[in-house]
Amino acid sequence: MASLTIRNLRKSFGVVEVLKGVDLEANTGEFIALVGPSGCGKSTLLAMIAGLETVTSGEIYIGDRLVNSVQPKDRDIAMVFQSYALYPTMSVKENMAFGMESRGVPKAEQEKTIARVAALLQIEPFLKRKPGQLSGGQRQRVAMGRALVRDPALFLFDEPLSNLDAKLRVDMRTEIKKLHQRIGKTTIYVTHDQVEAMTLASRIAVMHQGEVQQFADPDTVYNRPANTFVAGFMGSPSMNFIDAEITSTGGGAPAVNFPLSGGGVASLPLHNGVADRAQSKKVILGIRPEHLSRQSASNSGKQGFATMSALVEVVEPTGAETMAVLKFGDREVVGRFSPDEAPKTGENMPLAVDMTRACLFDPATTRLI
Amino acid sequence: MADAVLGATVVEDREAAVASRRRLISRIVIYGLLGLISVVYIVPLLVVVLNSFRTNAEIGAMGLISLPQSFRLDAWPQAWSDFCIGGQCNGVARYFWNSVAMVVPATIISTALGAINGYILSKWKFPGSEIVFGCMLLGVFMPGQIALLPWAFLLGKLGLANSVYGLVLVHCIQGLSFTTLFFRNYYVSIPDDLLKAARIDGAGFWRIFWKIMIPLSPPIIIVTVIWQFTGIWNEYLFGVVLNSGSNQPITSALVALSMSGTTVRTYDVMSAAVLIGALPPLLVYFFGGKYFVRGLTQGAIK
Ligand SMILES: Nc1ncnc2c1ncn2[C@@H]1O[C@H](COP(=O)(O)OP(=O)(O)OP(=O)(O)O)[C@@H](O)[C@H]1O
Ligand SMILES: [Mg+2]
Repeated sequence: MASLTIRNLRKSFGVVEVLKGVDLEANTGEFIALVGPSGCGKSTLLAMIAGLETVTSGEIYIGDRLVNSVQPKDRDIAMVFQSYALYPTMSVKENMAFGMESRGVPKAEQEKTIARVAALLQIEPFLKRKPGQLSGGQRQRVAMGRALVRDPALFLFDEPLSNLDAKLRVDMRTEIKKLHQRIGKTTIYVTHDQVEAMTLASRIAVMHQGEVQQFADPDTVYNRPANTFVAGFMGSPSMNFIDAEITSTGGGAPAVNFPLSGGGVASLPLHNGVADRAQSKKVILGIRPEHLSRQSASNSGKQGFATMSALVEVVEPTGAETMAVLKFGDREVVGRFSPDEAPKTGENMPLAVDMTRACLFDPATTRLI
Repeated sequence: MADAVLGATVVEDREAAVASRRRLISRIVIYGLLGLISVVYIVPLLVVVLNSFRTNAEIGAMGLISLPQSFRLDAWPQAWSDFCIGGQCNGVARYFWNSVAMVVPATIISTALGAINGYILSKWKFPGSEIVFGCMLLGVFMPGQIALLPWAFLLGKLGLANSVYGLVLVHCIQGLSFTTLFFRNYYVSIPDDLLKAARIDGAGFWRIFWKIMIPLSPPIIIVTVIWQFTGIWNEYLFGVVLNSGSNQPITSALVALSMSGTTVRTYDVMSAAVLIGALPPLLVYFFGGKYFVRGLTQGAIK
């Protein structure tokens, strides 16, 4: 059953169209991540689901109720804000009780609910403190606590972790995942951090300029990105894009070719019929950094692996892995290697390219072929 | 080598000495000027305070400005209940209470309305709300005397001519521009997310106002109350023009001091009367001054 259905939703601020026909749905218990670069309309979409922004056109259903003109308080939602938006003059406990008081929940029940949620989030020790006396991570918990004391049909999160430092962010990410597994509430989670989206979500909606570019499970979004935008946005370092051309080599097996520096041409064999789907000979070849590796006995002859070599320009060790900038013709391409197979600067590195994972895009539409 | 180092320290010492002497001189100049200005400000107050404790005969003999030879409290009760102003010899008490009856409701009402206006103009914007705010702002720059005649006309129509209630109404409205501006500018710095969260939590217009905005407002409430209280108390033009006789506030009644010129001037009692009229704003300053400064400089959320 769908907890949230959005159909052809549009939003304009004056003459500026911020959302251009968004379709989205969340099944009950699902965790949906909305990702996209700054200004793409994620917060606006979330605010419209919450009822804090009016709908220009289109429909929003929560459960099977059309909520376009329903007040925020009557939508059966709870929301966690990026700024936490804790009421500064109230104690943590009063913050959590505020919504229940507004709704006339009996005092005894309020106490019970707060005790339960406080235990769940381990915030009992500071129930009496004001938000100003809490650390960033503690405030974040309280903000979640305030949402959890309700039992809403839908949880909305707007970049809840972006004000935390890197380490705390990773910890809280795990906690949110655990929490979701425990309470199983339908959640819409806005973030511009693609790692957060990949780790938390059951499905990811990638947005760009007011449109949903792709709405699919993390694996599909990562491995079969719908277009070059999604391919470039998800994954860090980004996917490498190379202008290339499809040719049929000797036995008719297709390959992609692109020029190398010094006049040579790289020719990487393609697999299972992608070439047939291409509208033109010209394509954009997309290769993720981790699909490049050093040629070795184990991979050079392997099915689906192509070999070539490239000049190493820059090497950036990060500890667990080493990034290297390689020259493919006049293009710079980033590769990700394990430290023991890492190249040296200036080396002409023999590479194995995992062509089974490579993506081809149509240069005219930027869509995946 | 060692000599050179030594030489360098000597030069440094000399430079340091010059710098510190220069600093000392500039300090003396600054404090001297500040002291002088303070004296200019304080002396009139001091003269009036001292004269209220001297006998009239002594003031007559020694002049207005001189150190007291005697200490007497008689002038104060006289000024309060027997002093003659404008042909009435009941002291300033009645006028004092007129002022109180005017300033208390006018301050409370104008501050409360300013808070609500500011809340609406910052957090519940509607089409045209910026224009409304612009018009209200105009009132900040409009001199009160422009409105004297319209007020006289309006109060007459309302049956509030020559009454303290009429002055309450006048000061509520005249002060609204300022109080609205104060609250609006203060509330603008309160994040909108707070209100969004409250709306999702099921709070409406008034619940948000009482439970979220007002608890954040003490600094600006203090500023506005002090501003309104002193402004309304010290204002005398409306009181002189719109009210007469026993319905005037104390500041307007004291204007008559300069006109009751036929009889002997009783400087001691007059001094006490003036001080009684000045006491409330002075007390507000002594007890609330530091909150006023703090409130002006402090944002809503630390
Ligand atoms: N009230 C408004 N009036 C006019 N334009 C607005 C308004 N609110 C948002 N916008 C515009 O709509 C676009 C989308 O804004 P939105 O806040 O939804 O972006 P976002 O995806 O959440 O970005 P971020 O990651 O920076 O939070 C932006 O270009 C923004 O300037
Ligand atoms: Mg946003």
